[in-house]
Amino acid sequence: MSSRRSRSRQQSGVSSNITDEQITDLVSKLQQLIPEIRNRRSNKVSASKVLQETCNYIRSLHREVDDLSDRLSDLLATTDTDSAQAAIIRSLLM
Amino acid sequence: MASSISETNFEESKRIKRRKTGDELRDPDTIDHTRWRSESEQRIYSTKLVEAIRQVRRNSSPENKVSSGRDIRDAADGVLAVAAKGRTRWSRAILASRLRLRLAHNNMKHKKARVAKVTGSIRSKMPEKKRSIPALQRKAKVLSRLVPGCRKVSFPNLLEETTDYISALEMQVRAMAALTELLTGSPVDRLTSTSDS
Repeated sequence: MSSRRSRSRQQSGVSSNITDEQITDLVSKLQQLIPEIRNRRSNKVSASKVLQETCNYIRSLHREVDDLSDRLSDLLATTDTDSAQAAIIRSLLM
Repeated sequence: MASSISETNFEESKRIKRRKTGDELRDPDTIDHTRWRSESEQRIYSTKLVEAIRQVRRNSSPENKVSSGRDIRDAADGVLAVAAKGRTRWSRAILASRLRLRLAHNNMKHKKARVAKVTGSIRSKMPEKKRSIPALQRKAKVLSRLVPGCRKVSFPNLLEETTDYISALEMQVRAMAALTELLTGSPVDRLTSTSDS
């Protein structure tokens, strides 16, 4: 109990009990997910770069989902739903 | 002996309550981001997505038999949010906004009143003050607008939500691409590689 109290007193300068270490840890976890940064194989990537690439990556993922949605709606308009569904269910069960 | 058991129960309930309250940084182990990569998760998602798309087509008006890309996108996002099982902020935000839209739509149908479209982004008309905001903070702000429901969360929680959101989006893309491949019988060109290299 008393150790918790002293810890919060130490970090009274920060608004909450979140350490820089925790943030760096989260940033590096995020870094691992971004293919741009992961494939570049450089260990020193600034947090700013990670955030930038994260935003770009999320935007590209959104674009891809939109693109696939459009294609799916076109495809489902022309194919008979029941036969398409039968094919899907068959492959999902395999 | 009985008293010691009740003590641990009390401590446990205190711990659980503490975890639920506020915007504290949650223990990262409680949210497992890797489940988005599992095949079974993707299979469950694909099945539910097909069901949701069927629902969309059933509910669409007779004149508009063709469901637009937007409808499919919304259905896909809804199913993704449900798959998150309410553990993340972004998923709860998606579900909440869908509920709001549905209620607004019902109001329009019954009352024929013009209800303002409920969207997450309300652009302020005031000109932005020329303030030198640190680049990192600016980027964090942009990121918070991209992840649903995360405009006002703390930086660490934003990073946590982003990690989960990206993994979920990758699964969504994989599932929808697989679905498209099934229907066209040919592989889909991927813009981004979302699998472990």
